Amino acid sequence: MLEELLPSIWFFLWGLVWAIYFSLDGFNLGVGILARFLPQKEQNKLIGSLGPFWDGNEVWLITAGGVTFAAFPKLYAVMFSSLYLPLIIILISLVFRAVAIEFYRQSDDVNWQKAWATILSVGSFLVALLFGVAFGNIFQGLLLDANGYHGSVFSLLNPYGILTGVLFVLIFSYNGSLWFSHKTGSKKGFTIARKIYAPMLVAAVLFLVSTAFSTTLWGNFFSKPLLFVVPLLAVASLLATRGLLSRGNAAGSLLTGSLAVLLTVITTIIGLFPNMFPSKIDPAYSLTAFNASSSPYTLKIMLAATIVFLPVVLIYQVWHYKLFAPARIDEELKY
Amino acid sequence: MDVLLLSRLQFALTVAYHFLFVPLTIGFALLVAVLETMYVRSGDARYKSMAKFWGKLFTINFVLGVVTGLTMEFQFGTNWSEYSKFMGDIFGSPLAVEALMAFFLESTFISIWIFGWERLSKKAHLFAAWMVALGTHLSAIWIIVANGWMQNPVGYVLRNGRAELVDFMAVLKNSYAWHMYSHVILSAYVLSGFVVLGICAYHLLRKQNIEFFKSSFRIGLVIALVGILGVVLTGHFNGQNTARMQPSKFAAMEAIWDTERGVSAYLITVPSEKSESNPVEAIGVPGLTSFLAFNNFNAKIKGLKDIPLAKRPPVALTFWSFRIMVLLGFYFLVMVALGWYLQTKNRLLDSTRFLKLLLYSIPLPYVAINLGWTVTEVGRQPWTVYGLMTTAKSVSVVPASNVMFSLAAVIVLYSLLVILDFYLIAKNAKKGPEPIGEALDEPTASHSEFALSGNS
Repeated sequence: MLEELLPSIWFFLWGLVWAIYFSLDGFNLGVGILARFLPQKEQNKLIGSLGPFWDGNEVWLITAGGVTFAAFPKLYAVMFSSLYLPLIIILISLVFRAVAIEFYRQSDDVNWQKAWATILSVGSFLVALLFGVAFGNIFQGLLLDANGYHGSVFSLLNPYGILTGVLFVLIFSYNGSLWFSHKTGSKKGFTIARKIYAPMLVAAVLFLVSTAFSTTLWGNFFSKPLLFVVPLLAVASLLATRGLLSRGNAAGSLLTGSLAVLLTVITTIIGLFPNMFPSKIDPAYSLTAFNASSSPYTLKIMLAATIVFLPVVLIYQVWHYKLFAPARIDEELKY
Repeated sequence: MDVLLLSRLQFALTVAYHFLFVPLTIGFALLVAVLETMYVRSGDARYKSMAKFWGKLFTINFVLGVVTGLTMEFQFGTNWSEYSKFMGDIFGSPLAVEALMAFFLESTFISIWIFGWERLSKKAHLFAAWMVALGTHLSAIWIIVANGWMQNPVGYVLRNGRAELVDFMAVLKNSYAWHMYSHVILSAYVLSGFVVLGICAYHLLRKQNIEFFKSSFRIGLVIALVGILGVVLTGHFNGQNTARMQPSKFAAMEAIWDTERGVSAYLITVPSEKSESNPVEAIGVPGLTSFLAFNNFNAKIKGLKDIPLAKRPPVALTFWSFRIMVLLGFYFLVMVALGWYLQTKNRLLDSTRFLKLLLYSIPLPYVAINLGWTVTEVGRQPWTVYGLMTTAKSVSVVPASNVMFSLAAVIVLYSLLVILDFYLIAKNAKKGPEPIGEALDEPTASHSEFALSGNS
């Protein structure tokens, strides 16, 4: 019984780790995107506010990679070699984004800081956009046959892929600007968030609609209508975040904004199941939770490790966020 | 150029770069935790100042370790997808557990350590320092367990067209991994000790902050001494283990061509792969190599000629990497002994030549450590998993132009990062510690650019 369930359990754990990564690092990436467009003083505050957080958030990505490798090795192999160039560009961008955050504060020199802020913005933008493009392509299926992937970087840059990328960029930037107001009390974050909200909503609606035409993601929902609760909650979060923004509640608006990201990713994961890397050519070539997974023994060992360590990780990560909740950016930046 | 060669180059380079940052992280995490413990137990602010000074160098380096590790992880999928398909059932889990058990610990508590001086009690802050040290040591366990499995595959069966895990404990208890682990961790201490000693030497030569750097020097000496004695000892056991489990690597390390009993050890050897012999062999001790490998002067050792050419590792690269690493090890031993002597006789400040030598020796442990990896990884060739899967069969089927792009990016960008890292470490190291008074009464008056008071 458990043996048959294991790949499904891991499929949703895999999705959950990606969802947590995007909801947490999402607003960090958004902060990064915005950094270069703010005056020096605000730039300092903004980049300083990332100090205690970016690293822990990025570990969710490392975990997502590790989980993919351990639980779905075939997926890990086919997905990352198929998406070779976009992934390499994402990795390089991530490297430079992190280095920029840390090196920015190592000198007071204006040119030094400008250079690193630019790198941070470009890097964060590329990570957000390309992850969106990659996931958009996964949602609609890839040119995959028995010999692997047959597209190029340019075939990834199709309208639906780009739309998903743009949505990622907008929603992350929105959350990033809310983080800014939350951490510094500055009104500027609210102003930016208000400007981004409308285009973000348009992108979200376009995404929802074209998902119905470009992908088969809604199939699982129609077969189990109860599941519609998840996307409805995602939409509700997206609407609630605007209300909270109007009331000047930065923390609440950020929380609902991040929840919208989390629920959107979970929605797509539910829609994909059991596909993980679907083929556009023939479903027979698709990689699924069942044909790409590790042996039941490995999945069991990993599940035991997860049950023991994941709660511990969550406990100290929550503690960590609480510890640094009061904004004391001057001190955080200074170190 | 073909994908295999490009991917091998890229892998070797990314590991080498990653490995410029990691050993210092391991040693300094422990150093900082020990210094902070001394501060909390004695209440002496000088120790806090030391923890902060060395901790600052640690954090700059730590970031580079984290981000270069990211590329390492995903490379198994991008460049070695055939390997990942075949071995992922076993190899992936240590990496996943590493993230879950170690990376979260390190990353969460390092930021608590950096930014939490004012937010936490002394003891809670000390706890964060120890969690970081624990995290770095744990993460090394998991990655070496994964690598150890590639050196000596255990706990698996070949089934469903791939290697499947059947005994997780066997993978975890793999003796090859634990031999490597002890050697790697101790060599990280040697490196960290020499970085501390070198920076102390810089300041002692300039007669600045003498008390601070004299105490740091003593601590650096202890770390380097523990490290180097351990490295020599574990190196010996590592060698014996290799002789038993990977005869082809051992033969290449020692340039042994003919299968013989009572193999001698020579002080000077120059091997030639072309003639399959050693044109130069001088100053030998009969039977010593046999004794070192098997505790028996008459033990039989398999020579390279008895291993088919296609299954032999590159001999010259393996041999010279091993030789130079061992020589450097003895150089470190001498330097530590000398440092200990001068320190006890209180003659350190006058020994300018020794201090200069120490300063210029900072790169050497980096060289030694990367040579050690060369022996381990090149010596395992042509296998990715010893005796089970070759490197040639492990590589991804991707266009060569893709790998050429990523390789070029890695070379250019990583080199830039290394330069920046060393520049920043050197800059901060030269600046010296903050005055102790300042370390005591925080928060300090900050630099004008960063004074952002009144915004919270």
